[in-house]
Amino acid sequence: MALLEIRDLHVGVEHREVICGLDLNVHAGEVHAIMGPNGSGKSTLSHVIAGKPGYEVIDGQILFKGEDLLEMDPDERAAAGVFLAFQYPVEIAGVTTMNFLRAALNAQRKARDQQEFSTPEFLKRVRKVAGSLNIRQDMLKRGVNVGFSGGEKKRNEILQMALLEPSLCILDEIDSGLDIDALRIVANGINGLRSPERAMIVITHYRRLLDHVVPDVVHVMSKGRIVKSGDKELALELEACGYGQFEDAA
Amino acid sequence: MKQVLPKADPQRTSGNVFAAARGRLPGAGLVPQIRASAFEVYERTGLPHRGMEDWKYTDLRALIGEVLPLAPRPDAEALVRAKVSAQHVSADQAVKLVLVDGIFVPELSDLGKLENGLVVRSLREVLEHSVPGDMAGLVLSTTSDSAISLNAAMATDGLVITISDGNAVKRPIQIVHVATGVSVSTFTRSYLQLGKGAHAAIVESFVSAERASGYQANDAIIALVGNEASLSYIHVAAAASDAVNISSAIIAVGARAKLDLFSMTCSGSISRYQGFISLAGEGTDVSANGVNLIRGELHADTTMVVDHAVPHCTSREKFRAVVDDRGRSVFQGRIVVRPAARKTDATLTTRALLLSDEAEADSKPELEILADDVTCGHGATSGALDNSLVFYLRARGLPEKDAKSLLIKAFLGESIEEITSENLRDFVTAQAEHWLQAGR
Repeated sequence: MALLEIRDLHVGVEHREVICGLDLNVHAGEVHAIMGPNGSGKSTLSHVIAGKPGYEVIDGQILFKGEDLLEMDPDERAAAGVFLAFQYPVEIAGVTTMNFLRAALNAQRKARDQQEFSTPEFLKRVRKVAGSLNIRQDMLKRGVNVGFSGGEKKRNEILQMALLEPSLCILDEIDSGLDIDALRIVANGINGLRSPERAMIVITHYRRLLDHVVPDVVHVMSKGRIVKSGDKELALELEACGYGQFEDAA
Repeated sequence: MKQVLPKADPQRTSGNVFAAARGRLPGAGLVPQIRASAFEVYERTGLPHRGMEDWKYTDLRALIGEVLPLAPRPDAEALVRAKVSAQHVSADQAVKLVLVDGIFVPELSDLGKLENGLVVRSLREVLEHSVPGDMAGLVLSTTSDSAISLNAAMATDGLVITISDGNAVKRPIQIVHVATGVSVSTFTRSYLQLGKGAHAAIVESFVSAERASGYQANDAIIALVGNEASLSYIHVAAAASDAVNISSAIIAVGARAKLDLFSMTCSGSISRYQGFISLAGEGTDVSANGVNLIRGELHADTTMVVDHAVPHCTSREKFRAVVDDRGRSVFQGRIVVRPAARKTDATLTTRALLLSDEAEADSKPELEILADDVTCGHGATSGALDNSLVFYLRARGLPEKDAKSLLIKAFLGESIEEITSENLRDFVTAQAEHWLQAGR
């Protein structure tokens, strides 16, 4: 059984259909890259999987571990193991990163009937992950993403992902706004989380990220559909020829 | 255009209330005369109404109509109920002074634990003994505000607290007002004097006992903060949901002193908190902040006047309101900078978070600047919770209510964090969390 199974998905935003019959199967252990031009529906797909309000699912199904994901609230999806790394992480003044991480982790554990972490155990986990992502302690004491650079915000997304240990990670343009060094840190963070139990969907415009995070499958999205799938070589082909050929195919 | 005001019903005017209560109001010497003239001042206008600029959002004449009869002295049964309620609001480490239905109750208070340099007497005791006229005038001082005049006329009891020069009172002093009655009114008044270089933290809490309802509480505090003194003052009004609370603070701050004031209103059908802060000595810092937490059909008005009379003072004000259901929050903030008050640095911000479509927040910041070379500013915003923040938190696993609570707490924190004492900050935070929990 696929970890994530999307069948004939149709999604509308403000009376316009932006995903038009999308099928996708992602198995545990796999890394899928979704590439495609602006406006092809990549981010919409990630939002719909995470449960962001404002989208109308017109038709189709999304099954996660065999369960109907579309029937679940965003927080239930998170507790079930879905994680979306945001393209534009929001700033939350007045809530320190540390308190936010603890609230998120404990809310998920509570939803799964697991015991909350003790403070020392929680701190130990955060320090370990933060260290590997070059996130300083003073950043953890500031408001969530407040005053963070673009790169710091993206690293903070990976920090949350590492701490929450989801089974499906969706990375929406995690590479946007990153310089070469930051990209390497983020990519290392992502690679460190690859495991046979975990799947990833990496949404990107560029091949650059996929040099670091090598995908098992590459999909091309255009006009709300997956128009071509292949192995990692497809990303190279796209870079050489552009998306133009697929716009026609869609 | 002439404003049409609801007519006061002569059968139900407060004249009767004063006449009926007179025999029970404490005071020797000049006190009865001071009361009578305060009442005369009150009677000229009667209850504050919307024709008065300062009360335009809180028309007491229309909202409450009349002043209810003075509450009787609490009996033994009322004291039992009061004791339970008073315990619920105890601030950590505080010396508690309890007033029940407008009467100071030593048995429920911690008079045995007073630190050196701190003197606490009841207002009743002070007014009944041969108090010099000027002292009585000071304790019962009034302003042009008719609610304060009525309070001076009718005050049955309160606390007179003096802290001698240089004394730093370590434990907070908490005045707890408990209402036990039904459809009665209480009038309390306290007087606080901090000597030169003295330091104190005062918490004033208003709560209702079980079965108390429909009462009206009118409280006033007069505070004189000496040169180089430092006062933290926290006011928390949590009246019964069908009760009225009118609280006034008149505070004069000396030179190189510090005032840290915070007011929180989280229940009560009609609440008005009004502060009149006068910066009377140079080099003084005032931080005046507050939050209104409103749901149901409640109405909470916080009005603050900060009056810079001398140069080189700083004032900072941050008000936050969270309004749900059909609640209404009012914030009026006036900063006055008198001609002599050069180099004044004064700012005021007010923000309201509206949690429902029918919630209302009115903000009226005003600057009255009569001096040159000053830095003054104000800002006011209102809006709903940011859905993108709510979604971010939910996407990380927080259920919707928890996500919203966290954001509301962060919003309130902008004001609550200004409280300098950690103990008192925690006390206020706990009250805010209690309010949030109660709405779930």
